[in-house]
Parts: sequence; structure tokens; C-alpha cells
Amino acid sequence: MSMKTLLAAASLVAMAASAQAEVKIGMITTLSGGGASLGIDTRDGFMLAMEAAGRDDVEVIIEDDQRKPNVAVQLADKMIQSEKVDILTGIVWSNLAMAVVPAATAQGKFYLSTNAAPAQLAGRGCHQNYFAVSYQNDNLHEAAGAYAKSEGYTKPFIMAPNYPAGQDSLNGFKRFYGGELAGEVYTKLGQTDYAAEIAQIRASGADSIFFFLPGGMGISFLKQYADSGVDLPVMGPAFSFDQAILQAVGEAAMGVKNGSNWSKDLDNAANAAFVSGFEEKYDRLPSLYAAYGYDTANLLLSALDVAEPSDAEAFRAALKAADFDSVRGEFSFDTNQHPIQDIYIREVIKEGEVYTNKIVATALEDRSSAYVDECSMN
Amino acid sequence: MSRERLLNGALLLALILIPAWALYADEPFTITLATRAVIFALAAVGLNIALGLGGLVSLGHAVFFGIGGYAMGILASHAQSYTPLIEWPFVIEGTKSMPVIWLVAIVASSGAALLIGLLSLRTSGVYFIMITLAFGQMMYFFAISWPAYGGEDGLSIYVRNGFPGLNTLDPIQFYGLCLALLCLVLAVNARLMRSPFGLALDAARQVPERVRAVGLDPRRLQLVALVISGAITGLAGALFADLNRFVSPTMLSWQMSGEIMVFVIIGGVARLFGPVAGAGIYVLLEHLLGGVSEYWQIFLGLVLLIVVLFGKGGVVGMIGGRRRDG
Amino acid sequence: MSPILLVEQVLNGLQSGVMLFLMAAGLTLIFGVMGLINLAHGSLYMIGAFAAAAVAGATGSFALALVAALAAAAAAGALIELLVIRRLYARDHLDQVLATFALILILSEGTRWLFGSFPLYLNMPDALSGTVTLPGGIVYPVYRLALIAVGIAVALGLWWLNTRTRLGIQIRAGENDRQMIAALGVDISRLYTLVFAIGAALAGLAGALVGAIQSVQVGMGEPVLILAFVVIVIGGIGSIKGALIGALLVGLTDTLGGVLLPELFKLFTDPASAAATGSAFASMAIYVLMASVLIWRPTGLFGARP
Repeated sequence: MSMKTLLAAASLVAMAASAQAEVKIGMITTLSGGGASLGIDTRDGFMLAMEAAGRDDVEVIIEDDQRKPNVAVQLADKMIQSEKVDILTGIVWSNLAMAVVPAATAQGKFYLSTNAAPAQLAGRGCHQNYFAVSYQNDNLHEAAGAYAKSEGYTKPFIMAPNYPAGQDSLNGFKRFYGGELAGEVYTKLGQTDYAAEIAQIRASGADSIFFFLPGGMGISFLKQYADSGVDLPVMGPAFSFDQAILQAVGEAAMGVKNGSNWSKDLDNAANAAFVSGFEEKYDRLPSLYAAYGYDTANLLLSALDVAEPSDAEAFRAALKAADFDSVRGEFSFDTNQHPIQDIYIREVIKEGEVYTNKIVATALEDRSSAYVDECSMN
Repeated sequence: MSRERLLNGALLLALILIPAWALYADEPFTITLATRAVIFALAAVGLNIALGLGGLVSLGHAVFFGIGGYAMGILASHAQSYTPLIEWPFVIEGTKSMPVIWLVAIVASSGAALLIGLLSLRTSGVYFIMITLAFGQMMYFFAISWPAYGGEDGLSIYVRNGFPGLNTLDPIQFYGLCLALLCLVLAVNARLMRSPFGLALDAARQVPERVRAVGLDPRRLQLVALVISGAITGLAGALFADLNRFVSPTMLSWQMSGEIMVFVIIGGVARLFGPVAGAGIYVLLEHLLGGVSEYWQIFLGLVLLIVVLFGKGGVVGMIGGRRRDG
Repeated sequence: MSPILLVEQVLNGLQSGVMLFLMAAGLTLIFGVMGLINLAHGSLYMIGAFAAAAVAGATGSFALALVAALAAAAAAGALIELLVIRRLYARDHLDQVLATFALILILSEGTRWLFGSFPLYLNMPDALSGTVTLPGGIVYPVYRLALIAVGIAVALGLWWLNTRTRLGIQIRAGENDRQMIAALGVDISRLYTLVFAIGAALAGLAGALVGAIQSVQVGMGEPVLILAFVVIVIGGIGSIKGALIGALLVGLTDTLGGVLLPELFKLFTDPASAAATGSAFASMAIYVLMASVLIWRPTGLFGARP
């Protein structure tokens, strides 16, 4: 079969599918390479809600962005031009979101973020078709800062990789902590050995540590820190203490306090249904990313009950109403279409053989985002 | 007419016919895909001049690709936010005009090639591969951690830059523009291969002693080749950034250098149309395999391996027969 | 910065250099004997770490995990040498780079297919956890001291292998004149498979040792691979001595650059931007070192002169 007939056949199949589905959702997320576990959880959480709804007029097209911005852009183009999707979602990383979201929303598509929510898109770059369902990037770091202050720490040592999300992280922490620091260090992105930083921490006379090291970087740091003989209270955003990687950190993570807007022990009916449903279907505990995926799907479904995406005005209003049962309990959108929600402090514990988290405090109540005033939508 | 020439003609014809087919089959995305292939081909044509003609195995061509991309990103982002690029000693404004951006991309990337060439051409063989890789990594880490232009987040440009008399937002017109540039560069490349400079360069690769004996400096020839090569790859980078309306440090990563090299080798080293065939095949494979399985890179790896182990001379070599000219 | 802290950072730099040496030694051995650039060396490091994590998870024994890492990486190395690599010896560097680049894709995604996308757990044995106080009051993790000891042992072992054994004589002869030792009746293809397996085993050992204090995940090999290349290029490709000195230089530059450059920038600007700018330059430091060495000595510190 020649290439042309192959492509033609593929397009016929696509047409046949589109004849049934009235709404098409494109999910671009990371399914291969080092960051795959985050994308897989996002997808699984999203699809759990979709399948529970059982609507056969909604089609979800899922593609792997390989964590590369230019691949993500290409997939977005393909979904918009070829598949004619109405809504895009699923991107895990901020740099990929910055590559895809502005262009997609400029073309009149809706984008619902299941995770990444960089400052630019919450402030001056906000857009009426862009909704962050997860948080604003700074939120979880702010919670840790507020917690440090409430605990009466006076000399935290703070640390993040040297890239925009890392700089935002330390700024978010300082925004709500506001006191003096024992040290402020930027590590290399992808760094695996933290002996030098741990020595600096030891010498700095710090009384606590805040760090943001997503993925494998956090695993490496925690293991090395646990074996260093330095014994200070550790704080961070939820990413390094999430279900997906906690088992790989093991004992070293015990007792760490982390800022999060979700936890599996949050006491509400939607969350209980989500956690048990996820465990039953996938045979593992859900992560933060799965929870965001699940909420995003339910928000979408709630809006689809009211309006069609083709009626952009009505559909936008329906999304903005956020009339769904969030696994995070109370949930609403601020004027920049980022959530207003409570942000908690969790502690890493061990349940039987499994490491997981429990909520120990509420760090920020009804927190919106620092950039809401810069957004021109009102 | 040789078989290689027939193949080249067929490739060119296919590239020209793609938009017509895309319109007929109502598959507009095919055009975006083809544009990507054409731009990658252009980048690989650039590398092919250093690699095929000059024998310089550069694993750092992403530097030039990325510099081209950032030339576009920086100029267009300043034009987008109406802030001048420099205010002192004289004011330089950003721009959204493609010809100006291309010129800047070419000048900047050939400047970088000159500098890198002056330093790296002191070495040869494996050391040359590794020193070009090192310069690539240097630029990559610099771009990630330098906050002024977005760091790892990169720069997003909301609207594609303009070209006088064309609507570049129309995928077909932008594709035509990229294809025209590719043809132009291929024509220049063909002349270069037959020119005294091209012949001397080819000789410098094979028997440097003889070149030296007739009073030419092989290293100087290679430096010129590297500068031309970098300029073309830089131009491709500017176009790639415009295709995606986005530029980020991944354009500078060593994997990008590896991919550009893969285009050249799949297609056929030192073949005029080798990079075109290679880039086309790679983009097609990536597109088709990506839909087959989550683990599609295993298959991509296997295909690459088979081409290297059993396909001497790349695709153009296998179909077009042994190399005749140059 | 206090002198004690500086000494501790120098020790950290040496330790990371010693780990790099384990990777670089295999790479440079393979290049020296067979003239092969092996980009897939990082994948063998990853295979070692995964094998160790799997066996440690099943048996709970770190010693068995190390044996498994050595065996798995050596077996994988021998297998890919037999299937793929031996067809590349006669090819130019370009084909070698591409073919081993393809191997990275296959091995990485193959590992993910086998073990899943989530990072695995591997921890150091209890006997080596905790810290000791060194003379001068430096508190240092026992495990890192053990890593330094292993690195020195491997360096000595390689020196012994190279100078005191029959295999070493064959290896050195193979570096100098391939045809001659084949004519002398040495089974050259068996020698090559053996050397490749030894190099692979060293990478696997490094992966398992480092995996205990880092994250065992797909893609962990590539950053180390690039560093190992930097090391052997600085040291001179093919030279084990060069690999050792190069590894220590890179380890020290990387560690001390990351610590000292931000301190330097603090003299000029506020702490937050000094930290950012300093670490931006620190991440480029080893590449600047490598470029400078090559400009000064185009074949590295101990490489053969052309």
C-alpha cells in the first residue's frame, strides 16, 4: 500500500469517528521518557472520570509529547488542523505549556490545564479560553512559605534548580515567609549529586530546609540528605513527595512537610469515590496529577452538560461556573480563571508497606494567585 | 540521466505536489508536517556541507539551529512587546519581518561558526566531535539558566512573522516560502560542490597533504565550509522557530544535533538530496510510529540501526547507486 | 567560606570524580582497543542500576544487587557487541555515533517497557549508612567514602590487569597493532567481546553504586554519558591514566564551580541574583574546561599525538 492510500485510509477512519463524536478533546501529555509517570497519571485520572460518565458523544485523542516543546507544538497543530478538536488539555510541564497554550487559545480553542500554570498565563498573558484547573505554579511553594512562618522558623535554607520554574518557586516561598534566610542556592537542572549543597546547608546554621527539585532530582537529594547526618525539618511543594515517586525515595522522605492542594485523605465524597475508583481500576494509589486529571475531566463534563463548545460564549460561562464536585472540596475560579482553593500541608507517612501523605494543617485558605491583578479580564 | 538525478527530480516533484494532495484529501496537517520536513532538510543541507564535503563530523550543529531560532525569538518578542532591543548607544527595535530576521540569523550563526571553527579546527577526528558537542552543551546550559529570554520556558511568539506580499499565516504560503528557500540553498550547494572551492575542500578531506602541496591551507578551507554550513543551519533555525511560533533551549540540545546528523546519514552523506530524503523519512517515521505504540522509539531505533548497518550510502545511495560526482 | 567547608567540598569533588572514572574507564578502554565511540555506554549504566534495584527489591541484599548489576551489564554488553557493535569496528566514527545513538533509543524504551515508567527504589546497605567524623571535624557520609575506595580499587585493578596479566598484554598489543596480534594467534573477536563486556560491567557497577544515592529511572545514563565523554576527551581518548586525571578534574571543577562562582558574584550583586547568575556560569564550567584543554592540547592531556 502506498503512503498516499495509507494516509487517505487513515483520514477516512478519522472522518467516520468524527461522525459519531460531537465533541473532540485533544490530550497532549508525556507518555515516554523520564517524565512519563506524570503524564500517565494525568491520563489515567482523566480517563477514569470520562469512562465513568460514559458519554459516547465525547472523543478523547491522546498523544505523547516526549517532554519536547516542539513535539508538543506539532501535536497541537495536528489536533487543531487535522482532528479538529474543540478543547486541548494534559500538558505537564510549564515550558511545553508556554509553547502550546498562547497559540491554541489565539486560534479560538479552549485549553484546560491539568498541571502547569506559569505566571505569564496567570497575569498579563491570561486568556478567556484558558483555564488552569490545577493551581497557579507558585501556590504550593507559597503554602510552604506560610507554613515556615507559622512554625516560627527563622533561618530556612532554600534551594531550587536554576530555571524559570525554580526561580518562581523560591519567590513564591519568600512571598509568604518574608523573613531572613540562611542561604539561597540554585542548582543545575538535572543535577544528581547534592553533596556540595548539603555541605553548604550544614555550614549555614539553618534551622529548616525548603527545596523544589522535581522528578529524579528530588529523589536524589532526599536519599543523600537522609544519609548526611544533617537533621533539620524539611519542607517542599508536593511534587517531590507525590505518590508516583514516594516509593522510590522510601524511608528518606518520612516526616517531610509538603504543600499541596490535594491529598488522598481529604474528607469529601468526590475524593473517596475517586481514590477507590482509581485503585480499583489501575491497582495503585492515585497521585496529585491523577487528581488534577480527574477534576479537569469532571469540570469539562459539567460544562458539556450545559453548552456545546461550538457556542464558545455559553461554554466559557459554564466552565467558569465550575459546577462540579471537585476532589479538593470547595473550588471556584478567580477572574484570571485560576482556582481559588485551600492549600494544605501534608506529612509523609507509612501505611503498611506503602509511603503516602496525610494532611496536618491548612496553610492558606481560599488562596488565589499573586498575578490576578495583572490580568485584564474582570 | 543518472538514477540519482531521477530520484532527486522525483523528490522535488513530491515536495511541490504535497499541498495539492493535502487540499484534495482535506488533510491540512500534512502541510505542517511537510513544512517541518523541509525545514529539517534545510538544516541538514547545512550540516551536509561540513560533514559530507568537509568531512567535519560536528555534533554541535544545534548551536547554529538554536541561534537562528533565538534570532527570530528575540527580535520578534521585542517587536511584540514594543520594547527596543538596545537603547544605547543607538536604538535597535525588534522586528516581525522575515527577511530581516533571516539576515540576522545568518549573520549571527555564521559568526558563531567562525568562532567555534577557529577554536575547534585545531582538533580532528573524535576530538572534533567532542569539542563541538561541548560548545553545544555550553550554549544549552547558558540558554536554560539565563532568565532574560525565558530560560527553559523559551519564548512564545503569538503571530507568525511576515514576508512582503505573502500571508505567512496560511500554511501553504509559508510552506512555499520554506520550499523556495530550500531549493535556492540546494542550487547554491550544487554549484558549491562543482566550484574550485568545493573541489579543493573535497580534496582536503581525502588527501590534505596534496592540498597543502598546491599551496592551499586545508584548515582554512574547512573553516569556510563550517561558516557556510552554520549559516544555512541558522537560517533553518529561524524558520523552525517561525513554524512553531516558539523557541526554547531544546533547539540547542545535543539530541537536536544528533537528529540533524541522523537526517544526513539516513538520506546519504555528501549527496545533494540526501538531507532532503533523510528529513522526509524521519518526519514520516516519527509521525506514523508515534500512533502505533507508546514505545515507538524502540522501532525508530531499530530502523536507524538497520539503515546504518546494512544501508551503505543512505537512502539516496541505495536507490541512486554509487556516488559519481564530486 | 571556612577552610573546613572548602576541604569538604574538595572531598565531594573528588568523590564525584571517582564515580565518573568508573564510567569513563570503560568508555576509554573500548575506544583505545577497538577505536569505537560508544554512545550507548550510558544505557549500560542504566541497566546496571535497574538490575541492582530489581535484585535488591527481591532479595534485600545489596551485595547480590551489585553482583547482578555487574552480570546484567556485562551480559547486555556482550550481547550488543555480538549483534551490533562488531559490525561497526571497520566503519567511520559517523556510523558508530549513529548506530549507538539508535541503541540508546532501543535500550531506554526497552527498559521502560520492562520496568514501567515509575522510578525504582534502591538504597545503600545499613552497614554503610550514616556518617563518620574525619580529622579536622568534617562530618562525611560513610557510603561516599566507600565509593571513593571502590573507585581507587577499580583504578588499581585496571592497572594490574593492563600491566600484569596476559589479557592486558593482548589489550595493549591490540591498541598498537591489530593485524599483528591476530597473526600471532590471538582470537581477536573474542578479545573484543571480552573488553566490551569489561567496559560494560564497569558502567553497570557505577550505575548500581550511584543508583543507591540517586534516582533509578529511565534516561539516568545520558547526563553521565556526556560527562564521561568530557572526561575522556580531557584525559586523552584511550588513556586510562588520562581518564582518572580527567575525571578528578571534572569532578572538582563541577563541584567547586557550583559553590564558588555564586560566592564570587555575591561580591557584585544581591544574593538572589548572584545565586542565579553564578550557577548559570557554573553549569558551563566543565565545558569551558574541556574546550580550553583541547585548544591547548588538541588530543587531550595524555592522548596519543597524531
